Amino acid sequence: VLDLAAVPDTVVSPAVYGEKTGGPVLDFSYVGIDAILEQMRRKAMKQGFELNIMVVGQSGLGKSTLMNTLFKSKVSRKSVLATAQEKIPKTVEIKSISHDIEEKGVRMKLTVIDTPGFGDQINNENCWQPIMKFINDQYEAYLQEEININRKKRIPDSRVHCCIYFIPPTGHCLRPLDVEFMRRLSKVVNIVPVIAKADTLTLEERDFFKQKIREELRANGIDVYPQKEFDEDAEDRMINEKIREMIPFAVVGSDQEYQVNGRRLLGRKTKWGTIEVENIAHCEFAYLRDLLIRTHMQNIKDITSSIHYEMYRVRRLNENNTTVAHANGVPEHHLTAHEM
Amino acid sequence: NLPNQVHRKSVKKGFEFTLMVVGESGLGKSTLINSLFLTDLYPERVIPGAAEKIERTVQIEASTVEIEERGVKLRLTVVDTPGYGDAINSQDCFSTIISYIDDQFERYLHDESGLNRRHIVDNRVHCCFYFISPLGHGLKPLDVQFMKAIHNKVNVVPVIAKADTLTLRERERLKHLLSEMIDEHGIKIYHLPDAESDEDEDFKEQTRILKASIPFAVVGSNQQIEAKGKKVRGRLYPWGVVEVENPEHNDFLKLRTMLITHMQDLQEVTQDLHYENFRSERLKRGGRLSSHGYILPLSPAYVLVCRLAFSAPPPHTLQNMKVLIKIYHGCQAQ
Repeated sequence: VLDLAAVPDTVVSPAVYGEKTGGPVLDFSYVGIDAILEQMRRKAMKQGFELNIMVVGQSGLGKSTLMNTLFKSKVSRKSVLATAQEKIPKTVEIKSISHDIEEKGVRMKLTVIDTPGFGDQINNENCWQPIMKFINDQYEAYLQEEININRKKRIPDSRVHCCIYFIPPTGHCLRPLDVEFMRRLSKVVNIVPVIAKADTLTLEERDFFKQKIREELRANGIDVYPQKEFDEDAEDRMINEKIREMIPFAVVGSDQEYQVNGRRLLGRKTKWGTIEVENIAHCEFAYLRDLLIRTHMQNIKDITSSIHYEMYRVRRLNENNTTVAHANGVPEHHLTAHEM
Repeated sequence: NLPNQVHRKSVKKGFEFTLMVVGESGLGKSTLINSLFLTDLYPERVIPGAAEKIERTVQIEASTVEIEERGVKLRLTVVDTPGYGDAINSQDCFSTIISYIDDQFERYLHDESGLNRRHIVDNRVHCCFYFISPLGHGLKPLDVQFMKAIHNKVNVVPVIAKADTLTLRERERLKHLLSEMIDEHGIKIYHLPDAESDEDEDFKEQTRILKASIPFAVVGSNQQIEAKGKKVRGRLYPWGVVEVENPEHNDFLKLRTMLITHMQDLQEVTQDLHYENFRSERLKRGGRLSSHGYILPLSPAYVLVCRLAFSAPPPHTLQNMKVLIKIYHGCQAQ
């Protein structure tokens, strides 16, 4: 169940205004600044929220299925087709699908960007380029709107806010391809790495694998979301440290429901048991969902617009003044020139 | 009484078998090999990190172990190929492997043509287990290319690794897809010979079942788990226990049965088909093979009888493993 309407309550204590008198505060010293929260809330409810999530990973890791699972309402490209088909076909090109979801009066436009699996070929060099190009193209589109003389009231935001990177469940360590891919991606977008098809690992293997992955990420200077340097204060840091200790989340996806103990649950049925996707004893899908939707959605968007996008913008605008500069790792001929 | 005499002699001398294992990292190859032969072939193994993997090319690592059961000795060599498929660009990753296979053939050819043929050691690769990832959509280009590069040199047995990732339906679908792709690309995998008409019904049935299950979807484990009141080899998950030796859970037992009951056939096909192919190609190309210039083949029965007695550290023991030795093929060829 999505809980988009949860906005933290902050109440400005009236006692702050009573410092001078030293006694109990009377109502007339209360200005009512906190009423602005309610106004913001109402506006946000009217406007709705936008979130763009991209899934990236090797072929066959269950990206499309996980997207369906994440939003239960079957938002991935396949849900448009008859749900009778069980087999998930292979994704062959980058496809953006938008869905409007509404819950408790809160509207959200969720865009899922499904990417074709990479790493299938014998020579996988540069397989990250199409995806890097896509991400940069979205920044470019936003930039073009922004620098327009007659700007739209609300610039449509197609920028990728978060990229879920799927790691194959080998149980050993990251592959050179994953390291290379994540290294490049982390420089332009928020990445949330997950261990895909985690039902292939026992709990011990999972813990060992996570540890190795974290070590490798550190050793290669790959900053995944939530990035340490963007922790705003001690409270933030505490919450984010807890998340950083759990990353990467070990997920299992399924858009099939089964009867378990009288309830209908999303899961995978095998001869030796049924894996319940939303059961945290089985896998960490629920943590991923909470991170993306319930707790960190706004933060993810903020970092995208104030950090990643700004970096792109600065590089791009500087380009016009200097000679050849490769913005965000994409060769220059991919970028469209523009006049300011 | 000839068959018995040959039988006794071979049993005394022991058998040798070389199994090659190929597949990308993390598919459970080592665990499976250890499970198959109930031994630990890789006691001091260190798995390298991603940075080291970038530097490395494909290595060949051969480990030999002596296994004995009921007086029958098996000298098993497992040839591992770490680094296969790890690099971002796997263009050249199998030239090392093919060279190794050819080298063993070359060596055998040289020994066979020599004057003193008492001590020929057969290090030729008799079988190659090719591990296919259960994730993904069937065979990858690398899988196809590799199998086609070696299917004329060695018996290829494709194996679906870590099969507990798949539900039953997914497994059936994948097997079907793989069989289709194997046919489509013209990959020649090892075919189990049909049971002879004079075999008993059980064996015929067993062969039928084995043939229908190819490619085998396996799970390996060296851990004992308590399940339903007894100890089984398996993997413990929060949602249940996967039993390695339960035919309803995976094809491990089938793979093991196939390997054991067809060990002789695998060696024969290597000798009669792959080696002979190599030999004729090699001789056509020319070049001297031995000091006296004669190239004489050995008959299979002769090879069977002329084995070295190996003195080795205390042999490992196999439990509950039925070793069916079909010797009459060799005797009939005499």
